[in-house]
Amino acid sequence: MILSERVALVGNPNAGKSALFNALTGARQKIANYPGVTVERKAGKLVLPSGDSIELIDLPGSYAFDATSPDEEVTRKVVMGEFEGEAQPDLLVVVLDAANLEQHLVFAQEVIALGRPTIVALNMVDLAERDGLTLDPQALSKALDVPVVPTVAVRRKGLTELVDAIAAMDASADFAAGAELTLPERRLAARNIAKVATLSESAERQINSGLDRVLLHPWFGPPILFALLFVIFQAVFAWATPFADGLEAGVGLVSNWVTASFAEGFFRDLITEGLLAGVGSVVVFLPQIVILFAFILIMEATGYMARAAFVMDRLMASVGLSGRSFIPLLSSFACAIPGIMATRSIADPKDRLTTILIAPLMTCSARLPVYLVIIGAVIPERQVAPLIGLQGLVMFLLYVAGIVGAVVVAFVLRRTVTAGQASGFIMELPRYQLPQTKDLLIGLWQRAWVFLRRAGTIIFAATVVLWLLLTFPKAEIGESQLDASYAGQISAVIQPAFEPIGFNQEMTLALVPAMAAREVAVASLATTYAVDSDDEEATEEALSAEIAARWSLPTALAFLAWFVFAPQCISTIAVARRETNGWKWPMVMLGYLFALAYVFAGATYWLAIWAGL
Amino acid sequence: MATDAITLDTLAPGSSATIISVDWDMLALDECKRLRALGIDEGALVAVAHKGVFGSSDPLAITIGRMTIALRKIHAAAMQVEPA
Repeated sequence: MILSERVALVGNPNAGKSALFNALTGARQKIANYPGVTVERKAGKLVLPSGDSIELIDLPGSYAFDATSPDEEVTRKVVMGEFEGEAQPDLLVVVLDAANLEQHLVFAQEVIALGRPTIVALNMVDLAERDGLTLDPQALSKALDVPVVPTVAVRRKGLTELVDAIAAMDASADFAAGAELTLPERRLAARNIAKVATLSESAERQINSGLDRVLLHPWFGPPILFALLFVIFQAVFAWATPFADGLEAGVGLVSNWVTASFAEGFFRDLITEGLLAGVGSVVVFLPQIVILFAFILIMEATGYMARAAFVMDRLMASVGLSGRSFIPLLSSFACAIPGIMATRSIADPKDRLTTILIAPLMTCSARLPVYLVIIGAVIPERQVAPLIGLQGLVMFLLYVAGIVGAVVVAFVLRRTVTAGQASGFIMELPRYQLPQTKDLLIGLWQRAWVFLRRAGTIIFAATVVLWLLLTFPKAEIGESQLDASYAGQISAVIQPAFEPIGFNQEMTLALVPAMAAREVAVASLATTYAVDSDDEEATEEALSAEIAARWSLPTALAFLAWFVFAPQCISTIAVARRETNGWKWPMVMLGYLFALAYVFAGATYWLAIWAGL
Repeated sequence: MATDAITLDTLAPGSSATIISVDWDMLALDECKRLRALGIDEGALVAVAHKGVFGSSDPLAITIGRMTIALRKIHAAAMQVEPA
């Protein structure tokens, strides 16, 4: 007997595959992309009781091998062994939702008929029981002619049995390929098999339809969604403050310690003014980003995200998109990169391209630091209504401005460059579930790690380069260091282009490294003011205070407006290029965003001046 | 196709029906594939669960077996049904 080296999880969307994958592999996961496509490849290490470990792959959810979306295509190719550079899995674990047996068996039969070594994980049996279904795994196993293991991934039930079944399966076994059935034949067979495997069945589930009656209500559903979105943005601003203050204090302590412990000189300045002022000012936004992602992950894990897509579909249809675009666009509020990658579930190519092009208009978390610092500096902290602070309100308006911009741009795109047939909307609304703390924590950790890695690499590098450009050559006595430096000379050259929209020299300077990652704008301002301030006390002053003292209100508002449309960070352009297979669309994106940012910032500046702000 | 046939989009929320025929030519190929993979095809017993937001009749949520599927009015209009 030969032990499997590579095991793949396959099954319908919403069968609980990812939860099973998390339960089997824990944190030992590696997330990458399949070569050539931006479909996420999730692999992990599964340790058998014997001590051997095998690779477990979580394939994208599919309804059939007859693929209609790029991620279903990946599943088909990997399972068939046709994916270049990806070895064919030795063993397939078909994950079935026990409560949706009849529907999920249609695809399961297709997988089993391949004649590969296969095990069925009859998942979420607890929810099936809650719904009044009693199933007979033995009968199912007999009907399908493969081992069936009942599991409850989120409660870690049946995992030992599943791992034992994987260990007991001979990877070299050859099974006769099943007869190729047509879809109606498979559907009929699925109905019969489900009937045989179901011992008893009671009436419809209550919890689900009750919740849907409220959340999908034609009049109450949309206000509930909008209220939730408002709460999310208020929470990002308010709840994170103590954590952010704590991190900021920590950075300050380290900075003081470095100043006290090391002799004055190049390296001490590089650490305090470059590294700590720059990278530190970005890292303090980790709490905000974690809170935003926590809400998004909870919406996904509970099943509410699909309802949000349903509620938004009508609105999205009016600009030529569908509710499906809502999920990538909401993810783009955290970061445009996963957002653009999530568009792969949109089957219609025109629809998908439009969604990719407007995704950067959703205010990503990288813009949060910019908004937070500048709002904190120039917008007074007061209540405009009970529980609604002025600062939170301004931030909400900035998000709304991005959304309105996206609506207008989508409307225009769908009638010009991406004109075509109106897109459809077909989507399963999964059952409601309580989110599992462990799955949430794994998801949050992965997102936080991506952010910290950016801070440690691209933001760090950009900050250090910027610090060097700001520090040399040294200023003469009586001359400002900023004006004397290389960076100051560079920004003096491009400054005339930005003067009409109210930008000062430090802002123009911040725009250049912000192309690497938008958070760097804040790091850049922090580094600039740290270098520019002559006395030690001013260096320790918070960035917000510096801005409050140096910027006029119209200037600050223009800078905020710029970042609503801010030209893309390099990673977003790269992912858009990969997704659209060429430079044409990323260039279109870059061009229109730059134009909008310029016009919008200028309009904001002059309107504010005119209004006497 | 008879013009007076009852189509799925005309049913009120809460009512169920059997799909007797689907005019696949009205729909995009990928959408046909997806609907059929979900089991929405001739002979299927479905029920309209929810319909539209803010007074519109788009989109619809229908139940088939124990699944709930969201789709557009244009898809439902292609399905002739016999109310159960």
